[in-house]
Amino acid sequence: MNTRHLNTVWVVLMLATLATLGIGEFGARFGLAGPLAMAALLAICFVKGRLVALDFMGLRGVKFFWRSLLLGWLLLVSALIAIAYWIALK
Amino acid sequence: MDIAPDTSRATPAAAPPGDLAIWFFILAELLAFGVFFAAYAFGRAHNVELFNEMQKTLNREAGAVNTVLLITASWCVARAVEAVGRSRPATGARWLLAGIACGGGFLVVKGFEYADKFSAGINLSTNTFYMFYLSLTFFHFMHVILGLVILIALWVKTRQGAYGPADMNGIESGAAYWHMVDLVWIVLFPLVYVMR
Repeated sequence: MNTRHLNTVWVVLMLATLATLGIGEFGARFGLAGPLAMAALLAICFVKGRLVALDFMGLRGVKFFWRSLLLGWLLLVSALIAIAYWIALK
Repeated sequence: MDIAPDTSRATPAAAPPGDLAIWFFILAELLAFGVFFAAYAFGRAHNVELFNEMQKTLNREAGAVNTVLLITASWCVARAVEAVGRSRPATGARWLLAGIACGGGFLVVKGFEYADKFSAGINLSTNTFYMFYLSLTFFHFMHVILGLVILIALWVKTRQGAYGPADMNGIESGAAYWHMVDLVWIVLFPLVYVMR
């Protein structure tokens, strides 16, 4: 993993964190609230988690099995959070 | 999303970086946190008004600052591993020290958050939300402390020249653990501080 790539990943992660905070602070003012905000937050969370697993943990060049364990965990947790949120809406 | 995929490896490596044992440990930790996250989410589903109201009492900016600190620490550790892999242990040690500083910063910010809540008389039995908030974040807090102990040990050994391109196992294993702590917070922050 070269340094430029790691730096780019860090910048993307910082911007994604800013986006998460922005949705929390100002999302409702721009119509980004409720399930839509929830979906955006989960998507950002998945993108961030995936970058950490693949590029910081170094799983990008590793067999699919190992990547699938980490990304599968992210997807499973995101799905459970989404299901619980959906139940709460009812 | 993909950012300039790494093409340095023609065929995928069979095992992840570091010791295989640390990866089983990481997976066990992720499972534990996964159960905790699901418990929080379903606990919220039965107390939506309470959770939404109580979430407003959290310091979201402090949570965001801590996200920045943990991700930056992870980046520093990744840079350290990269430097050591290029036979530059002195540079690697400096990156590790920067990572330790960011991790320490996380503990300080979280410490202020806890002090604020405790001085307001909040504890585990205040309500369901705070029971989850305190136990979940403190469980993570303990992992940050363990991660920092590991990073300090890596820093000492890297300064001594214990790692190099031919011996990356120790530093890669410790780094993987630290990234796991970061990964967990990446889910925890939006879940507890932002989603409503």
